Amino acid sequence: AVGMFLRLLSDVRWRAANPKWRRTTCCRRSTSSTEEPHPISLPAQAHVVICGGGIMGTSVAYHLSKMGWKDIVLLEQGRLAAGTTRFCAGIVSTARHVSIELKMADYSNKLYQQLEQETGVNTGYTKTGSISLAQTQDRLISLKRIASSLNVMGIPCEIITPKQVAQLHPLINIHDLVGAMYVPEDALVSSASVSLALATAASRNGVQIHERTSVSHVSIQKGRVTGVETDRGQIQCQYFVNCAGQWAYELGHSGEEPVNIPLHACEHFYLLTHPLKEPLASNLPTIVDPDGRIYIRNWQGGILSGGFEKNPKPLFTEGRNQLEIQNLQEDWDHFEPLLSALLRRMPDLEALQIMQLVNCPESFTPDMRCIMGESPTVRGYFVLAGMNSAGISYGGGAGKYLAEWMVNGYPSENVWSLDLKRFGALQSSRTFLRHRVMEVMPLMCDLKVPRWDFQTGRQLRTSPLYDRLDAQGARWMEKHGFERVKYFVPPGKDLLDLDQSKTFYKPDWFDIVGSEVKCCKEAVCVIDMSSFTKFEISSTGDQALESLQYLFSNDLDVPVGHVVHTGMLNEKGGYENDCSIARLSKRSFFMISPTDQQVHCWAWLKNRLPDDSNLTMEDVTWKYTALNLIGPRAVDVLSELSYAPMTPQHFPSLFCKEMSVGYANGIRVMSITHTGEPGFMLYIPIEYALHVYNEVMNMGQKYGIRNAGYYALRSLRIEKFFAFWGQDLDAFTTPMECGREFQVKLEKGMQFVGQEALLEQKQKGVYKRFTMFILEDHDTDTDLWPWWGEPIFRNGRYVGKTTSSAYSYSLERHVCLGFVHHFDEKTGEELVVTTDFINQGEYEISIGGQRFQAKAKLYPFSSLFTHRRRKDEVELSGYQRE
Amino acid sequence: FYLTPPQVNSILKANEYSFKVPEFDGKNVSSVLGFDSNQLPANAPIEDRRSAATCLQTRGMLLGVFDGHAGCACAQAVSERLFYYIAVSLLPHETLLEIENAVESGRALLPILQWHKHPNDYFSKEASKLYFNSLRTYWQELIDLNSGETTDVKEALINAFKRLDNDISLEAQVGDPNSFLNYLVLRVAFSGATACVAHVDGVDLHIANTGDSRAMLGVQEEDGSWSAVNLSYDHNAQNEHEVERVKMEHPKSEEKTLVKQDRLLGLLMPFRAFGDVKFKWSIELQKRVVESGPDQLNDNEYTKFIPPNYHTPPYLTAEPEVIHHKLRPQDKFLVLATDGLWETMHRQDVARIVGEYLTGVHHQQPIAVGGYKVTLGQMHGLLTERRARISSVFEDQNAATHLIRHAVGNNEFGTVDHERLSKMLSLPEELARMYRDDITIIVVQFNSHVIGACQNEE
Repeated sequence: AVGMFLRLLSDVRWRAANPKWRRTTCCRRSTSSTEEPHPISLPAQAHVVICGGGIMGTSVAYHLSKMGWKDIVLLEQGRLAAGTTRFCAGIVSTARHVSIELKMADYSNKLYQQLEQETGVNTGYTKTGSISLAQTQDRLISLKRIASSLNVMGIPCEIITPKQVAQLHPLINIHDLVGAMYVPEDALVSSASVSLALATAASRNGVQIHERTSVSHVSIQKGRVTGVETDRGQIQCQYFVNCAGQWAYELGHSGEEPVNIPLHACEHFYLLTHPLKEPLASNLPTIVDPDGRIYIRNWQGGILSGGFEKNPKPLFTEGRNQLEIQNLQEDWDHFEPLLSALLRRMPDLEALQIMQLVNCPESFTPDMRCIMGESPTVRGYFVLAGMNSAGISYGGGAGKYLAEWMVNGYPSENVWSLDLKRFGALQSSRTFLRHRVMEVMPLMCDLKVPRWDFQTGRQLRTSPLYDRLDAQGARWMEKHGFERVKYFVPPGKDLLDLDQSKTFYKPDWFDIVGSEVKCCKEAVCVIDMSSFTKFEISSTGDQALESLQYLFSNDLDVPVGHVVHTGMLNEKGGYENDCSIARLSKRSFFMISPTDQQVHCWAWLKNRLPDDSNLTMEDVTWKYTALNLIGPRAVDVLSELSYAPMTPQHFPSLFCKEMSVGYANGIRVMSITHTGEPGFMLYIPIEYALHVYNEVMNMGQKYGIRNAGYYALRSLRIEKFFAFWGQDLDAFTTPMECGREFQVKLEKGMQFVGQEALLEQKQKGVYKRFTMFILEDHDTDTDLWPWWGEPIFRNGRYVGKTTSSAYSYSLERHVCLGFVHHFDEKTGEELVVTTDFINQGEYEISIGGQRFQAKAKLYPFSSLFTHRRRKDEVELSGYQRE
Repeated sequence: FYLTPPQVNSILKANEYSFKVPEFDGKNVSSVLGFDSNQLPANAPIEDRRSAATCLQTRGMLLGVFDGHAGCACAQAVSERLFYYIAVSLLPHETLLEIENAVESGRALLPILQWHKHPNDYFSKEASKLYFNSLRTYWQELIDLNSGETTDVKEALINAFKRLDNDISLEAQVGDPNSFLNYLVLRVAFSGATACVAHVDGVDLHIANTGDSRAMLGVQEEDGSWSAVNLSYDHNAQNEHEVERVKMEHPKSEEKTLVKQDRLLGLLMPFRAFGDVKFKWSIELQKRVVESGPDQLNDNEYTKFIPPNYHTPPYLTAEPEVIHHKLRPQDKFLVLATDGLWETMHRQDVARIVGEYLTGVHHQQPIAVGGYKVTLGQMHGLLTERRARISSVFEDQNAATHLIRHAVGNNEFGTVDHERLSKMLSLPEELARMYRDDITIIVVQFNSHVIGACQNEE
């Protein structure tokens, strides 16, 4: 009978403009000035214009004004908190995989908790706690990893049994559960009210808020923001903040100078019900059932339940003209799998009456992380958007970091993984975004395992050798759109298919990579490393040398043909980039950086190099194919191919020379391998790539040459204690803290960026120290493998986290790299970390809650180095990030 | 007793047949993409027949469904013969001469039709010589009659229908020395069959209909929805014009007895049909033929029975009503089906189900809760049911099969209900006929690109 009348009523549409559950009455006053039919006119000038009156825009306004900035204008095209923010489910959850996201969520939770007291606006904040359920052992491992992260941050959290789950929540069916994670301090809020509370506080601090004002485009002159055009006039400003949520992409593309903000909206559905017969308590914990892809919270005595389906519906691909949010339809057929999961989890809800199915689009990004920071091309243009449906959890913290970034030039935490500059124009294709977000949205609930690769939006940038390598069994991963080989599956050998290969334990490629490593150590391997970012900087006079000497910490005034490893540091001495620079001639330099530095490094240098037409910088990444010849026989292969002696006497370590290889001329050969093994990097003009590769493989045959991939490289570099930028090194790490003083020339005779900070560190000592850990009682076959982010304990006390790890086939042990801090036992204050402090501790690494003994080392095993090096230059550089 | 879904499928798919018009040079230049057909018997043996063929000496394609009654003999004969009669009627004079000369001199005959047959669609080998001779007589007459005018399709269809029925009648009167054949021609003449035939040539679609099978055009509206256009009129008591026609053809004194209980002379449902000489011959002729006929015929009560109030034969004709339609790009498909389908489904539903099936867009009316009281459990049940319905679309590779699945299995919500389907298909033979009739369906899919191009040329 139900079916009958539902069919008859199919043309009755739910009108989104009727949110009975919006509790905003008390907030109206604060913004009443803008609600009159004739709103007050816009100011002609402002310091900052923020576009977007959702949780992000109001949070940025709140934090900027709190930090003392004046002349802030916030523009909202409709009403405050009327977009995604209003429809958001209002769950504040700190259970996050990535530490920076966890910190943002923790800060948000604390901010919202006191917001009502601060502003007088009722935010509906209720501490309910949250329970994340595990239906499988793997899921439980994943939860345990989060739990250990939360615990070391001081956020209460425990792993509980299904029985305990039943005690915490009366409706849950626990028969298929293996355990759960309980975070008692997670909360619920009314997200619209939180946003209005932030707006209220901001407006008290002098922020001007204008509703019903839409920004048409941002004016830019000489690469700087100068103002915004709106439908109600123009405002001149120094800073613009794009918090336009799912419209951020379009807004970014509306001006003459496009700002790429790669995000794409998907429809997101959740269900609202009428109250239960016995209404649910408002402090009942929120349930997250990732295996069922759903979340369930109490809502006005009933429930609110939504989820992340396997087959998301992307929308607004062609822009906003299609549909407005208000006109989105409920789609029950699409919601069916989630409804089934809900009724399976809470069978007693069968008789509960439906109120409505809300369709609330959310924006997603290509890597599931939000987007913040300054545009690489337009100074003063900041972005905060792409929350991947965690806007309310991140809102407070994200707003704070962005405000700090604008006010101080850098946020107080390392936010590289959220930085807009991790993306380039290559991630801004609508087709790419549409396909990728369809993969990202289901991933919200998928198991997050180590070494996971996106499957959509692939094969965009490839080496000219791609097909050759692929035909030889290459398995690929992607970095910044570039396909890179993980390892080569030998003929006749099969690996598990993608879904089954997900594991927290020993992976199926273990022996394959082992044999590639062995070949690197005993014979010779070739790895295609073309994805590296390559710049050429040259000048007519000494401008190039002078500028680079200022921007890099090592001494670049070396004889022509030398390669220098150096950091590109910020004022605080932290690594903005870690690179190798070859001096090609007196006046030109060839700079190699990690793959994902292409946008960031370019912007950093562009903004700091003098505006001098005699000084040129060119991105030559696409011009060269890079082959890494690793191993003791590399020298033989290369000398046979070039008829030139390549022995260390003739071609010492860290040298660079243009020479011929096979028939091809003009190959830049450098005696570095980024692994500490002997060998050479060959930078080959792309049209010669196939020729050189074929020659190398043919000639190498008698020396036992084979292809290898990045997994082998990673194992090699980690056992040699090589830090990688983006993984181990970041803008908050100085060379002093990672044992690289020798790459800093404090007395090179001229000032360089970060020099003062490093001098101070040299005198006072460092507060954290990069350390290598060898796991002692860890069984590679049966124990959980380390990944990164594992807590490190010294004498039973938490001292830091790991940043990368790998199995060392030489040591036959797992090696973890990470930072050790020294927290005062009583006050928690950070103290100087000395060599003695490191050496005199007993260490344990906690993997998924289980602790393993570890031996700490500050220097690599010298026995692993087989090669003589140039005086005091130990090659310590590499660029990969897993 | 319960059939599993695979058992149900094997029953439904037993008679399915699909034909795709071959592409030349990567292009299909025909206005027809292809067709799907299927039959589901209720009678044992089934009394429906179907035919499809491409005309080789003229352009165009012929498709037809034939609903037999009082046995399947007449439907079988019409399904074998009618298209030859139509094809011959359409042939130009020169081609007829060429064919006649070839037969005369014993040379190989130009093929006239390329048949598209399911393995179960058989042709009678024994009667082929007899049928051929009748056909030859027909084309010899056409050659003699040579009017020099180009053949009008409508006229050709009418002539072919009438001629075949006439031949059926004559063959039965003349008889055959071979006793098997003699009995066969009598069975053909004494049983009956309706026919609904489509001739498609470019944008010209002709439907010739005799009886109560039906042709329906599926039209896609601009908003993507589907509507149905009838291309035939049923010849039965529900059709006022038909009743009117019958009454006109007989004296006023018979007015009350012509149509009784919605049947012709209170006996026959269709008002036009092939065969059925009991409604065409004079009483004397019937008596003479039956008496001189074989014993089997004499023992048959039905053949000996003379309809009541039988005063001014003939009461029945095989002359078809022909409708011409110019195909438009929005005309996506044609459904020819015997009354077994139309009894269970409204043509609007047929248009929607086939349209959605062919476009692969399974537009379901979206569900909206509105302000009504629905529980999560009820909603869940409904959604699961709708899912099952979508998956039934993917089970079928044949539009006709899909339509039969709906015709037999639909519940009151318009959803295929497996339980119902299973029950209907497992009915014992003697009961099956009470719940459903034989169903025969042909779904012809049109090539909108070609039709659009033709339209522009004109």
